[in-house]
Amino acid sequence: MPDLDFEVTDLPASDHPEPGDVAPEFTRPLVGPEYWADESLSSVVAEGPTLLVFHPMDGAFPTTYMWNAIDDHGFADAVQVVGVSISTPYEHKDLLAERGEAARLFSDPDAGVAAAYDLENDLDGMAGVTEHRPAVFLLDSDRTVEYAWVADEWPAFPDYEAIAAAVADHA
Amino acid sequence: MSDSDPELTLYRLQACPFCERVVRVLDDLDLAYDSRFVEPMHADRNVVKRVSGKRSVPALVDEATGVTMSESGNIVEYLERTYGDGGAA
Repeated sequence: MPDLDFEVTDLPASDHPEPGDVAPEFTRPLVGPEYWADESLSSVVAEGPTLLVFHPMDGAFPTTYMWNAIDDHGFADAVQVVGVSISTPYEHKDLLAERGEAARLFSDPDAGVAAAYDLENDLDGMAGVTEHRPAVFLLDSDRTVEYAWVADEWPAFPDYEAIAAAVADHA
Repeated sequence: MSDSDPELTLYRLQACPFCERVVRVLDDLDLAYDSRFVEPMHADRNVVKRVSGKRSVPALVDEATGVTMSESGNIVEYLERTYGDGGAA
């Protein structure tokens, strides 16, 4: 974020997976270019190192910024890139039509995966809506966490150069 | 691919009554299947066309028998003939 002359909202401490931990398993609809189907995280990572990107609902500006930056850095050329948000498969199809090149997106409307990763963000002013705080994990093919970044402010954006370094080390 | 990797794959559209008819029969016959959800817009269903030759859903792929078919009436008849009481499988 640019330097602002006021305080940015802090998010509470998170007990999220750290490097060396095994990322929690889950199954959700995974949206690809042509259809969606239930997929487990373990079946996805079994195909190779995976950048798992938690982001705000599709259409929010941080989501757009994050996917634009992920595309600009070309992470999908080196590893699998998989997103997660509370948005429906229909909204994910729209996102993938605009950005998220070669990415696939899990749909987690009840934010159950956010709970499992301790990434829940209860949105002020949107009653009943809990989404995922921005977070990025690089996972090995056995779901071991190689790199982790989790937002501690709202909003906050990933350190893409740090992600690039982690991808270069582990791809 | 789901964890169990069933040999039946159903291409379906959310809330499509013809697809739900096939699902009822799959459940009645206690058959495991993978669901692949496609777009409401016909033009966006290239995967179904590639698999079955048509863009209509439901479309069923049965890897056990090598059969791919469309039209819920045909699919129901096929499932009952193949997996129902006195069926071939």
